[in-house]
Amino acid sequence: MATHSEHHHDHHHGHDHGPADPHAPIDDGETVRYEHLLEAAIRELLEEKGILTSADIHRQIDAQDSRTPALGAKVVAKAWVDPAFKAKLLASPLQTIADTFGVPMNTPLELVVLENTPQVHNVVVCTLCSCYPRMLLGIPPAWYKSTEYRSRVVVEPRKVLAEFGTVLPDDVEIRVSDSTADLRYLVLPMRPAGTEGMTEAELADLVTRDSMIGTALPRAPR
Amino acid sequence: MTARPPRPGEALPVGTRVRVRRGPPEFHCRTPTYLRGAVGEIAAVVGYYRDPSRLALHKPGLPMRLLYRVRFRQIDIWPAYEGPPADSLFADLYGHWLDPLTGDANGNA
Repeated sequence: MATHSEHHHDHHHGHDHGPADPHAPIDDGETVRYEHLLEAAIRELLEEKGILTSADIHRQIDAQDSRTPALGAKVVAKAWVDPAFKAKLLASPLQTIADTFGVPMNTPLELVVLENTPQVHNVVVCTLCSCYPRMLLGIPPAWYKSTEYRSRVVVEPRKVLAEFGTVLPDDVEIRVSDSTADLRYLVLPMRPAGTEGMTEAELADLVTRDSMIGTALPRAPR
Repeated sequence: MTARPPRPGEALPVGTRVRVRRGPPEFHCRTPTYLRGAVGEIAAVVGYYRDPSRLALHKPGLPMRLLYRVRFRQIDIWPAYEGPPADSLFADLYGHWLDPLTGDANGNA
């Protein structure tokens, strides 16, 4: 059993967070949790009964892991350069993204695009679990799922943002969106100054995953 | 994309002040404990969705529940909030967890 749970653990949690990382999950990585045992038991049953093969499961894990924030970055960059696209994106996000980028958005969830302005800075969390706009950003980072981020960002968002290096003046309203139900949120960050004349592809390189969660601002141009 | 829009008169209008119900402590109801009893206002009407607390019990999730985006001021959730008073928090809450308020600005009837 121990072999299986370790095996499982290696596949589902990145080990990119050292012990000094303040955003590391509280899960210590050593304790065998009930959910891990349950997952292993169900997976072994499915395999033994011939419903799924090990290869099927790992193909799906690979497909999930290969989704990246690149699509989200393209969406943001296009919104920066094309006002008509931005208007449609804000009004009907998933349909507009599917039509414009030719990517089917087969999800029962609703996407809401939260536009940052000089007066409002948005940041997204799911206090109940780890709801995240996976259709655009892929798998959420480990810190997004951590109890620490989820519990603190709703209580002291400015302190948490400062720990991410994002310090905003007091006349900017910090607006936390808690994805409690059937909506998923993408932050549309503000276009950085000094990017006039940059191409859409160059702009997309400035759009980081964290800037679409709201914990950071886009990169400054070189 | 699957939300059914409400018919006229079914939804609380945008701007309505509401108080989040304190209970019952349903399993998987999607109403966070930290917002129970808090006063906010309707920011948007999203539409009808299946009831998550019923879906969690493998029921069909009926009746459908109206989902709202509700805006709270941070200082109305956390009395000791240290940031500016304009800071806010939005949550997605189902209508059967919200009581409309008709009283004063503090939510006192």
